[in-house]
Amino acid sequence: MKRREFLTYAGAVSLAGLAGCATPVPSKARVVVIGGGFGGATAAKYVKLWNPSIDVVLIERDSQYVSCPISNLVLAGYSGMADISHGYEGLRRHGVQVIRDEALAIDAARKSVRLASGSDIGYERLIVSPGIDFTFNDVQGYEAAMNEGRVLHAWKAGAQTVALRRQLEGLRDGGVVLLSIPTAPYRCPPGPYERASMIAAYLKQAKPRSKLIVLDANPDVTSKPGLFKAAWKDLYSGVLEYRGNAKAIGVDAKTMTVKLEVEDVKGDVLNVVPPHRAGNIAMQAGLITTNNRWCDVDWRTMESKKVPGIHVLGDATLSAPGMPKSGSMANNHAKIAAAAIIELLAGRAPSDMKILNTCYSFVSEKEAIRVSSVHQWDAGQGTLVAVKGSGGVSAARSEAEGTFAWNWARTIWADSLG
Amino acid sequence: MRAALFAAAAFAAFSAAAQDTQGRNLAAGCAICHGTAGKPAAGAPVIPLAGLPRDHIATQMRAFRDGTRPATVMHQIAKGYTDAQIEAMAAWFAAQPR
Repeated sequence: MKRREFLTYAGAVSLAGLAGCATPVPSKARVVVIGGGFGGATAAKYVKLWNPSIDVVLIERDSQYVSCPISNLVLAGYSGMADISHGYEGLRRHGVQVIRDEALAIDAARKSVRLASGSDIGYERLIVSPGIDFTFNDVQGYEAAMNEGRVLHAWKAGAQTVALRRQLEGLRDGGVVLLSIPTAPYRCPPGPYERASMIAAYLKQAKPRSKLIVLDANPDVTSKPGLFKAAWKDLYSGVLEYRGNAKAIGVDAKTMTVKLEVEDVKGDVLNVVPPHRAGNIAMQAGLITTNNRWCDVDWRTMESKKVPGIHVLGDATLSAPGMPKSGSMANNHAKIAAAAIIELLAGRAPSDMKILNTCYSFVSEKEAIRVSSVHQWDAGQGTLVAVKGSGGVSAARSEAEGTFAWNWARTIWADSLG
Repeated sequence: MRAALFAAAAFAAFSAAAQDTQGRNLAAGCAICHGTAGKPAAGAPVIPLAGLPRDHIATQMRAFRDGTRPATVMHQIAKGYTDAQIEAMAAWFAAQPR
């Protein structure tokens, strides 16, 4: 990141922070939303958009939203933190009360949320869109090594994105970068492979004797495998080495080693993405239903299958069949929840919805590839399923898809937060 | 007689509202690329759907679906929607201010 750009970013953060602190916490609201990412921000905006008479309060601990989509381009130097950082002024313009605070606990019986500031806020309907938190203990030595800055995930965009970019810039020519991918399901199925492409593009251009080794816990590339592997062969042969069935079980900060089940691999930059689960507040509130990780929901309303009155969105959900943990999906989950909550608050039955996913991934500075799907309620299976015959992937990587990828990013930022 | 007419009118109004909500809900998915309520940013490489004639939107969606209009992505998306759903979305977008 350029210095000027960093200063702009830091300035925006402190200004938005001051604005956030000035907002008093109301004692209750008809709809309270926890988490201002693609899911929570979109839900807050769309409840107001579709029924302005409903009061909506959004609880968000950060002053800005830093988008994971496009953050891989920041690592390569093709984009900057200012591009991916977005404030909450847009939501305020829609009449959402944005409170900068952290939800610490939910009392579902009292329909109340306890905030870090000490306040309580009551709700009629609660939306929890907490994103993910990592299960660091799945990778031995991870947390200590991360706290020393020796290993990074950069799987929540923000400070770690900046730190990883700095480490890549500081890498000697001839050095080795390790990128470790957890077992699916994880946030953003194509994300790690886009990251591999972006790191390889940077190395090829700036440090051509260096190498990226991708250590994938999964047996093969989990998303758009044909398109990614074709790009790697055509563009990054000799720079990018891919290994499947290579699950990280530990890291050693002293020797800069990633420990796999069968061997150890040394690197100069360690980008290890640990396994994750629904964000901490979901765990605290007892919303997790499956594998100690994810929250099952009624896909007609996004209401928790465990705790009535609470709707869970985004990566934290136990994904429906064929549904990725993506920003597009979180944005669409939010629209299901917004429509359903408006009906439920009016004492009416919600109607079925149909949602769609489109995920673009860059494979070079200008070229991207895409996967799309349309999902609808299936009463027989009791979940959302992909509509037969719909969806698919790009015919080939192209600059046209790259143009549409940037349009998608700018548009979903505006649709969610603008 | 008057009561029956009134009931019919109320039912029609209710159906129109329900169809409008259905169109709104279906169209909401499109916003991730076409912008909230079909209004993309200035200079975006996609068509602003807000205020486009209803028949034009429906015809183009069917052309994407049937493969007669080539596309990078819309041919795959359009296959996810029935004729009735395409009509509901088209009507909703057509009614949005540009």
